[in-house]
Amino acid sequence: MPIFEWNEIKIEVDEDGFMANPEEWNERVALALASTEGVTELTPDHWKVINYLRDYYKQYGIAPMIRKLCKETGFTLKQIYDLFPSGPAKGACKVAGLAKPTGCV
Amino acid sequence: MSEQMKKYETPLLDELEKGQWPSFVKEIKAAAEWNPMANDLLGLLERSYREKIGHWKHGGIVGVMGYGGGVIGRYTDLPEEFPHVSHFHTMRINQPAGWFYTAEALRTLADIWDRHGSGLTNFHGSTGDIIFLGTRTEELEPTFEELTQAGFDLGGSGSDIRTPSCCCGMARCEWACYDTMKLTYFLTQHYQDEIHRPAFPYKFKIKCSGCPNDCVASVARADFSIIGTWRDEIQIDQEMVREYAKNGVDINKEIVALCPGKCIEWDGNTLKIDNSSCRHCMHCINVMPKALAPGKDRGAAILLGSKAPIVEGAILSSVIVPFVKLDDEDSYNDIVELIDAILEPWIEEGKNRERIGEFVQRVGLGNFLEAIGLDPQPEMIKHPRTNPYVFYENYLEEE
Repeated sequence: MPIFEWNEIKIEVDEDGFMANPEEWNERVALALASTEGVTELTPDHWKVINYLRDYYKQYGIAPMIRKLCKETGFTLKQIYDLFPSGPAKGACKVAGLAKPTGCV
Repeated sequence: MSEQMKKYETPLLDELEKGQWPSFVKEIKAAAEWNPMANDLLGLLERSYREKIGHWKHGGIVGVMGYGGGVIGRYTDLPEEFPHVSHFHTMRINQPAGWFYTAEALRTLADIWDRHGSGLTNFHGSTGDIIFLGTRTEELEPTFEELTQAGFDLGGSGSDIRTPSCCCGMARCEWACYDTMKLTYFLTQHYQDEIHRPAFPYKFKIKCSGCPNDCVASVARADFSIIGTWRDEIQIDQEMVREYAKNGVDINKEIVALCPGKCIEWDGNTLKIDNSSCRHCMHCINVMPKALAPGKDRGAAILLGSKAPIVEGAILSSVIVPFVKLDDEDSYNDIVELIDAILEPWIEEGKNRERIGEFVQRVGLGNFLEAIGLDPQPEMIKHPRTNPYVFYENYLEEE
């Protein structure tokens, strides 16, 4: 698997750039991964989304449906895309260190 | 491209070039002459045929900034042996309504794809989109950039409104009962957000057919099927009917006997149709296109819920609005209002990967109609004429 490096961070990722070992996640890793998704700074709004995703993931073992993410964080889908330009699945989930959501059929 | 490309032996694929039809192998080989991705695709495919196993991994999340859909990530599970298809993502590009292109537009698209991808395409995928087959993650943004410069946009993928598509409608066909291309364009523009940014339980497809021949198969392949129809009488040119009979059409055998509504009579001179029993199947019109035509009071029926067999079984769409006129912006806005009303309870209550047809089955049509504010109507019954619980007045009178 490819190794992703950013400043002092060095982590293993899959071909889509998602963490291979999500347990290695920390806030510096989040910042590192954000740099690959067009996000240069993690604001409190970013953290609100990231923390919600992580809590949900810890509890249920999957990412929440997008409708639920919007409802629980109070952000519209547009605001989520403003925060994470590559979207909730590819952007936010990756930065939050979740396992890759399943693909599209 | 300057490096020497590996040459693959492809005895199994070569078999598929024999015979009198065009072969996808021939096209891949042509691209493989100069394109390393197409070349490795050839090698990988031969390997798959030999081992009788696919060498693509499931899924992958890639895309362009600002969009959550339009690109489907593909990776081979043999990246070391076939490095040029280690990434082989699919891009969906929104097709023009009715699939009309100038030769120049096609050249532009092909040139973009030769520069950034495998050079291989599907015209078109079953969603209706133009499909660009195979590129690397780092090529996605530059491809998208060039596409938008050329006036094209990505289509839908994932749990979003998929690129709406339609038959060629009034642009090419005399049966079109409404302007399918205009409505498709309108809906595509209106739902840009929903097409590009997935937020639903699962996909939602819209297809517009101009008449019940349903050339885009919307009854089987769209969650929301808009199918042209008429509510007055089939137009008959008796002179032409007699002409068909004279030229050898056995009207009783080929038309009367095959009419599902059993509503046509032919006495050798005059064709009579009992339009109240007509099921608008188009059969008689298709057999004698010069003699018969859909009525003049034209519009569309709206059907809901079809899907392919994935996850649950296959479902055909069934009627939700028996007839609607579609001749001005107001009527288009009514369609949008209906779609929004349908999406709302499904987005709110739908389970992950549950299509609207399955959702309606789960909650029950009665509850669903109540949620979207439509009154139940006899046309919504799936088999109105064979349902034992429906009694017709004239049936009772005969007793």
